[in-house]
Amino acid sequence: MSQPDIDGRPDSDEVKTAAAATTVDESGPSYLTVTNTISSWVFTLDHKRIGLMYLIGVLFMFLLGGVFALLVRTELFSPLAMITPLFADTAEAQADLYNKWFTTHGAIMVFLVIIPGVPAALGNFILPLLLGAKDVAFPRLNLGSFYLWVIGAIFFVYVLFSGGIDTGWTFYTPYSAESGTAVIPALIGVFILGFSSIFTGLNFIVTIHKMRPKGMTWFKMPLFLWATYSTAVIQVLATPVLGITLLLLILERSLGIGIFDPRNGGDPVLFQHFFWFYSHPAVYIMIVPPMGVVSELIATHSHKRIFGYTYIAFSSVAIAIFSFLVWGHHMFTSGQSTTMSIIFSGITFSVGIPSAIKVFNWLATMYKGAIVLNTAMLYGISFIFLFTIGGLTGLFLGVLSIDAHLHDTYFVVAHFHYVMMGSGLVGFIGGLHHWWPKITGKMYDEFLGRIGCILVFIGFNLTFIPQFVMGSLGMPRRYYTYADKFEVYHQLSTVGAYVMAAGFFLTAYYLIQSLISGKKAPMNPWGGNSLEWHTPSPPPLENFHSVPDATDPYDYEGLEYDPATGNYATKRTG
Amino acid sequence: MSGDKQPQDSNQQAGHGDGHGAEHGAGHGHSPYQAHHFDTMRQQFEAGKLGMWLFLATEVLLFGGLFCFYTIYKANDPELFKWGHHFLDKRWGATNTMVLLFSSLTMALAVREAQLGRKKRIIFFLAVTFLCGAGFMGIKYVEYSKKFHEGLFPGKYFSYENVVDAEEVRMHQQEQQKLAHAELDLPQASVVTEVPKAQGLVLQPAAPPAGLAPVTQPDDHGTASSDGDDVGHAPGLALDPSHLPPGPRPANAHVFFSIYFCLTGLHGIHVLIGMGVMLWLMVLAMQGRFGPGYFTPVDLGGLYWHLVDLIWIYLFPLLYLVE
Repeated sequence: MSQPDIDGRPDSDEVKTAAAATTVDESGPSYLTVTNTISSWVFTLDHKRIGLMYLIGVLFMFLLGGVFALLVRTELFSPLAMITPLFADTAEAQADLYNKWFTTHGAIMVFLVIIPGVPAALGNFILPLLLGAKDVAFPRLNLGSFYLWVIGAIFFVYVLFSGGIDTGWTFYTPYSAESGTAVIPALIGVFILGFSSIFTGLNFIVTIHKMRPKGMTWFKMPLFLWATYSTAVIQVLATPVLGITLLLLILERSLGIGIFDPRNGGDPVLFQHFFWFYSHPAVYIMIVPPMGVVSELIATHSHKRIFGYTYIAFSSVAIAIFSFLVWGHHMFTSGQSTTMSIIFSGITFSVGIPSAIKVFNWLATMYKGAIVLNTAMLYGISFIFLFTIGGLTGLFLGVLSIDAHLHDTYFVVAHFHYVMMGSGLVGFIGGLHHWWPKITGKMYDEFLGRIGCILVFIGFNLTFIPQFVMGSLGMPRRYYTYADKFEVYHQLSTVGAYVMAAGFFLTAYYLIQSLISGKKAPMNPWGGNSLEWHTPSPPPLENFHSVPDATDPYDYEGLEYDPATGNYATKRTG
Repeated sequence: MSGDKQPQDSNQQAGHGDGHGAEHGAGHGHSPYQAHHFDTMRQQFEAGKLGMWLFLATEVLLFGGLFCFYTIYKANDPELFKWGHHFLDKRWGATNTMVLLFSSLTMALAVREAQLGRKKRIIFFLAVTFLCGAGFMGIKYVEYSKKFHEGLFPGKYFSYENVVDAEEVRMHQQEQQKLAHAELDLPQASVVTEVPKAQGLVLQPAAPPAGLAPVTQPDDHGTASSDGDDVGHAPGLALDPSHLPPGPRPANAHVFFSIYFCLTGLHGIHVLIGMGVMLWLMVLAMQGRFGPGYFTPVDLGGLYWHLVDLIWIYLFPLLYLVE
């Protein structure tokens, strides 16, 4: 297999732009150009257009959630009030405003960005392509799921304009039952988003079960499909429980039904059980699909067969199963029985096993591979690094005695940001770069891409490593001010957040630029062998010009890099 | 009517799995109902069926949260449920169970007729199923109105003070009338001060809505005898026995009705959705869409309807047959 020189490749691409544009196979219109009326987008049943609309929506919400993150970090730059005085007069109102900011940041990022990010946006686009199918099993349901997402997002925007909510994204009772803010619209929004998520998951399970091409048995599927499948199972089984929990909380607030509010005879810890029964599995909804993305990234950009395929596949399933059995580790200090806590702690540790299996297999895949350090691969490697930190610090929190000290401190904040953002979002952005040429048909600037990734990586660690330190020193989470001794850590953290923001804005810049003036993407720019690389970029309306047979997604031997087009073409034998 | 269909039925059962797909795999051309992204009608049917089963799984889990709510409070406070279930009329509950079971039968028959493509019979059985759903909701309406009439609302709107707790009234009468107010364990001070008036009010709601006189079975009182056998004969209270509360009102009495209304309310919404599905299926059937080659919507609607039925089969004993 011929291999482009790591550093030489972008340059040679630059030189041969003109040649590439003319030699790419252009047979018929792509899904982007086949029709161009507004209604052909609004009422489209094409999974690719729906995925693209999801992508735009999710990225927009990512911007909104990110703005709130920056507001929070800016406010925390000093123990004195920083920017809340611009919006509120009294100290109490300023503190309330801070509560609303971090709640909005958390709720938007969790429910509107990370949960739908990989499955609904990237998954919708890629999953049928990986299967060689024309669409997902239920295209109308898919469109309905997108509009449910939109309605949920509208509820959130309404909440923002009606004063925001201050309960934290977890909506813990009894405070959420008495808070004077717009809790009910937010709950309705999350309820609707839950159904969006359920329908996406349901669609994917059926699609994977019933629409695999000839010759693609379960253990010949790309690992992204295993991850998406495991996630979909969680989405289908856990989300309804969140739905009913939120309905009951709405009824508790409106009718006082006496389930979660102790003043009405309810049990606030019961809410925590109900909530985490969904929301812990939801953490795996956020992390398992990016793990699937990373399995594809690492193998493709290392040009080496994935190591331990079966173990990675089963570890996704194992994580999905374990995810339902560990919710109590959020509640070690809630007064639940010690026996329960010990059991939950034990099962929590066992989640480390499938997670570590994945990490070791990715590293073994890279070992002696022909690694191309392009942007997508850099995100993949960042993922492995950040996920390892996030996972290992999770073990600290799984220890009953240590959790008593670390509970509700910045250590927890840093831990779940390493998992949800450092892994979940970095995996999502990595996947976005990996499939960007397929989605848009354009190549982005690799140089700026690498700079952006490095900025995000540095900024991320600068933001959250100080939070581990101050958390272990006792800095509690969700406070709008703090003791002076924590100031230096907060300042480092805030600077890190700005570095990260710079990285993301740079990313947005070159991605948008690629749409305007990017090179035309070849069919197979990375040398992947799963089915999506066997169709033009961007794909035609029905994905493939002729129904493809299953390939071995991790067999890269038969591909040869053609420097003239930037494409990996099938080797001519003989 | 059923005799001549029996052989066809068993034939169809077998064809359901294999014959159905083979029929379309055999190259009869594309069915007009086959979506472009499926290779065969059989693949489409199986995808739809799997999707429906998954959806039903989400429904089970949705109700699972409420059953969990029920279980926890039942375990913590069984007296609450013994007290509260006396307000539910077993006869209406049993009637509704029969209505829904019957509708499941007619739904199953509708599915079979759809497989056979007999348009009029499909519509007939769907219509009967729809009417059963309507009957169920009608009975629920009667039950709900009675609860609302008595102030048996969920949560903070619970205002069951117009029928005064009989045990408390008796104690109240044995003690000094004016000083007893403080001992009445009623939730709101305003109620306490109006006990005589409240007793007067008892008489009006005690006359049940027309046609619903025997709302509670006589043995309701037999079972509650340990607490309040003689309560019904409390002097000066001309109460309809069926309206006497079955013993002292437990703390958080409203929670029972929260559970009752949450469970039956969510179930009722599902029945309404199911009725909408029946109407939609009837429209499709009128267009002559269903036949041996294509009956997926009826089949899936049937699955949904059976789940709605099944959930009620759990709700009835859990709520109505506590003792």
